[in-house]
Amino acid sequence: MKIDVTTLTIRKAHQALLKKEFSVKDLTDVYLANINAHDKEIHAFLEVFDDIEAQAHAAQKKFDDGTATLLTGIPFAMKDNMLIKGRRVGSASKILEGYVAPYNATVTNKLMDEGAVFIGRTNMDEFAMGSSTENSAYGPTKNPLDITRVPGGSSGGSAAAVAANFVLAAIGSDTGGSIRQPASFCGIVGFKPTYGAVSRYGLMAMGSSLDQIGPLTKTVDDAEIIFNAIKGNDPFDSTTIMDATYERKPLPKKVVIGVPRKFTEMEGVDPAVLKNFNESLKKLQESGCEIRDIEMPNIPYSLAVYYVVMPAEVSSNLARFDGVKYGLRESGEKLIDDYRLTRGKGFGREVRRRIILGTYVLSAGYHDAYYNKAIKVRGLVGNDFKKAFDSGIHVIATPTSPGPAFKIGEKTNDPLQMYLADVFTVTANIADIPAISIPSGFVTVGGKALPLGLQLQGPLGEEDILFEIGRKFEKMV
Amino acid sequence: MLEIKDIEKLADLARLEISQEEKENLRNEFDGILKYVGEIQKISGDPGKKEVGAVHNVMRDDAHPHLPGEFTEDLLANAPASQDGYIKVKKIL
Repeated sequence: MKIDVTTLTIRKAHQALLKKEFSVKDLTDVYLANINAHDKEIHAFLEVFDDIEAQAHAAQKKFDDGTATLLTGIPFAMKDNMLIKGRRVGSASKILEGYVAPYNATVTNKLMDEGAVFIGRTNMDEFAMGSSTENSAYGPTKNPLDITRVPGGSSGGSAAAVAANFVLAAIGSDTGGSIRQPASFCGIVGFKPTYGAVSRYGLMAMGSSLDQIGPLTKTVDDAEIIFNAIKGNDPFDSTTIMDATYERKPLPKKVVIGVPRKFTEMEGVDPAVLKNFNESLKKLQESGCEIRDIEMPNIPYSLAVYYVVMPAEVSSNLARFDGVKYGLRESGEKLIDDYRLTRGKGFGREVRRRIILGTYVLSAGYHDAYYNKAIKVRGLVGNDFKKAFDSGIHVIATPTSPGPAFKIGEKTNDPLQMYLADVFTVTANIADIPAISIPSGFVTVGGKALPLGLQLQGPLGEEDILFEIGRKFEKMV
Repeated sequence: MLEIKDIEKLADLARLEISQEEKENLRNEFDGILKYVGEIQKISGDPGKKEVGAVHNVMRDDAHPHLPGEFTEDLLANAPASQDGYIKVKKIL
């Protein structure tokens, strides 16, 4: 029997499974067939798990005994930095070759409790450092819509897996845009929760004050379903918030969308992106939203703040990879040489670059000028957002990325050029706020239609309004 | 612009063995990167304290310890070298 997975959503799948139109195994078989046919070319997966049939069987039992929930039997891909006990995991790095997760991430537990089916672990930029998945130690993932182009990063494998119909949904992580930017490059929905909304326990840490786990899906509704399943306070992650931490306002009758116009029209933004962005705003306006230009004087410094704070936290978080407790161990003359060789050989180029940059901004003599300053400016950016939201703005809109998916190899020679791809997404991580990227149309380049994304950012704790407007907007495109 | 010896000092602090070529590359790359991030120097001003949601230290309750050895096998399974329940490394002193 033929299941059309291209238009499938979580609710549709759930209804069909309830009505026994198909079984969980029927569903996973379709996705596995797609993987077998196309993943050799796309390379979304680092590993397709070998026990999918058993997982499907267990999920089917929940349907048979009436305990199935929305996510039961839904095929998921997990980014290679999320721990699933007993399974290989490695942040796409050679330094973790052979490492087997000794425990489940909290998000893994929550998905497992519902009976989700884990299809495999997806490719990513090594230790989540990158915007193209070209920094993986295992080769890049290709964009399913144009295989000469990148899928974005660092959750490129997860984005490609959803866009290529290898899974119905994927989990990624977002430190500076690593869910939203690949979602926009691949024409799907990508969502980053409020900082602290989802537990980071079991996510390999990159920037602990910036990281959040979130879903990549075909629809906004699917993203919301998954967010509701994975969110929650967790005693294993003391940066998680409570339901009541942020006051949630009721959904407004008339939505006011703020646009930091000067920021969105900065040099380097593709004219096609701006054209599409303005078309999106027009659609929203015609549907009853007010579009209001706003000033955010500190927001242009967000990327600079990010590239001080993030490398600083990276240099600290990756100190644990020393060849002692797990993973690769290279042997030198003395113990200290073991560390130097293990890390020098085990980490890739971009990882080494960011560790050294982070070491610099934290070092004596520079700590004050760079790191301490960045913390202050970070606060000022947060205040810009707070001021806007306090003045009657409900969400802030920008394009997700300054351009569509670029060609593989196009930006690998100039690290700073690559970093600029995150200019619109890092703001949400810097300000701790939730943000969503929704497919907003296409630009034709070289005869291929490349997806573009609209990004909406909301106040702390107000994911609701992002999902509400997102659902309306995706119908207009 | 940073000197090679500056890069070497940083690599030493970070316990990273890198090639001469990479040291030179980093020296050049950092020129552009540090100029870009250095723009934050232009901003002055104090953001004040975060009203809601400020991160603060949380200590686990000193209670309900796990049984000795409960996780040892799982954890040691990942160690590159182990012996008698210890992770084995080269001599430290």
